[in-house]
Amino acid sequence: MVALWRLLLLGVPIVILEILCRSGAIDRITLPPPSTIAVDMLRLLGSGRMNTAIANTLTHVVVAVAGSIVVGIATGALVHRLAPLRRVLEPLFATYYAIPIYAFYPLLIVVFGLGDAPQILIGFMLAVVAVIVSTLTGLDSVPAVLAKTALVHRMGPVATALRITLPYAMPHLFTGMKLAVAYAFIGVIGAEFIMSRTGVGYEIRYAFDNFDNATMYPLILLVLLVAVVVNLGLDKWERRLMARRRGL
Amino acid sequence: MIPIPPAGPPSLHVSLRAVTRVFRTEGRVVRALGPLDLDLRKGEFFAVVGPSGCGKSTLLELIAALAPPTEGTIAFEGQPITGRVPDGVGVVFQENACFPWLTVADNIAFGVRRLGLDGPEVARRLDHALTLMGLRDFADAYPAQLSGGMRQRVCIARTLVTQPRLILLDEPFGALDQQTRLLMGDELLRVWRDTGATILLITHALDEAAMLADRIGVMSARPGRILEIIETGWPSDRDSRIVADPEFGAVTARLWRRLREESVTSLSGTSLSGTSLSAGAR
Repeated sequence: MVALWRLLLLGVPIVILEILCRSGAIDRITLPPPSTIAVDMLRLLGSGRMNTAIANTLTHVVVAVAGSIVVGIATGALVHRLAPLRRVLEPLFATYYAIPIYAFYPLLIVVFGLGDAPQILIGFMLAVVAVIVSTLTGLDSVPAVLAKTALVHRMGPVATALRITLPYAMPHLFTGMKLAVAYAFIGVIGAEFIMSRTGVGYEIRYAFDNFDNATMYPLILLVLLVAVVVNLGLDKWERRLMARRRGL
Repeated sequence: MIPIPPAGPPSLHVSLRAVTRVFRTEGRVVRALGPLDLDLRKGEFFAVVGPSGCGKSTLLELIAALAPPTEGTIAFEGQPITGRVPDGVGVVFQENACFPWLTVADNIAFGVRRLGLDGPEVARRLDHALTLMGLRDFADAYPAQLSGGMRQRVCIARTLVTQPRLILLDEPFGALDQQTRLLMGDELLRVWRDTGATILLITHALDEAAMLADRIGVMSARPGRILEIIETGWPSDRDSRIVADPEFGAVTARLWRRLREESVTSLSGTSLSGTSLSAGAR
């Protein structure tokens, strides 16, 4: 029932858009009908023309996500142990997302050149703090009795983090990881948009500059679909893990 | 500092000498415990009762080496306790200490997997603990699916698999209802007989102490000291049916006589200072 409502909520606007486009209320130069975009996307994917760009973008996102999760969790765990350092850093974490990170992009290009590094770095920089913050929140939620249990089992700080506190904090870490995926997509594609020689963002921009609607809209749709599918997948995995912990 | 006493007779399992614990919080100095002397005999079931905030839990944390004494010495099996939880000591806390992401079997096996034992030995110990604690049918369940009493059994089982020679229990049944507590008491007595371990039980329930222990240490209001040690004289094959024994009533009454005054002191002290010591101790 809920699924049906969800489908209606998504479907009705698309149908309305389709009608508006087909009737000429929205002209084709502005927006082709959604069905045409979908068909164009399949055709574009089938042609293989975009394979390199897609592979590049996905690789960059994967590297940015993996890096931000590893570095974010390790940094979070370390900062959590060092209370004075945490007091210094916490306000900075809180204001971090007020910084327009793209402002640093030209600098990154100067330093790293027009290769893969600037895009990955932008994705990483956007994602990593979300992981750090959620790691801190997650570790805060660990009951004192579990820390004492670790001591009773004569576990050192690293074993305690890996075997007890981080597993306990998993629900929070999951939130961080989902945010990391979203931020990495935004970071990488945005960076490709601004200045780059490859990637889906670059191709969208290139198509836009050339009034190539038959390429631009299908690519936008593709980005949308990938982001939604990846997040839905993570959500499903999370629900499965959490159901056991909540005893459902 | 008093010099560490030489290793006592083998029957002395734990010994505390002139032990104190002082907290400093926000410029205030609070003496939580002692000076306190206490000897636990090997294989005995010893209970500690005392008014709330008297430092019972602090006493347990000191013996478990979860916190250092401010003064005095503590020895386990003749060795002074320093910094680390000694080998052969198991602790069960009042709070739910189950790992929610692991099944009951994995929770219990957690303790032994870290000891580097071979697979068959881990399986044997796990099997024994599951049977002893009546958790056989719940091996694949997650803690969230269990009642509070069952979760506490999981925690006891997780301690048992390490084959501790000294088991410290910090109000392990404090969060359970009365019937469950009586039954858990029976389980604990079976564990005690099965393992031959020395047990130190911290409790606020006089009947629990009277029913389970060989000896009961009565603590004073803060700063906690041992006022009196009462021998119950129960046979080792006792169980919760002992509550019907007239002698049980006599022991409980004796405990209450000793504690009543201390509890009043503790209560008025708490209301005056408005702070709970146990909160500071944790």
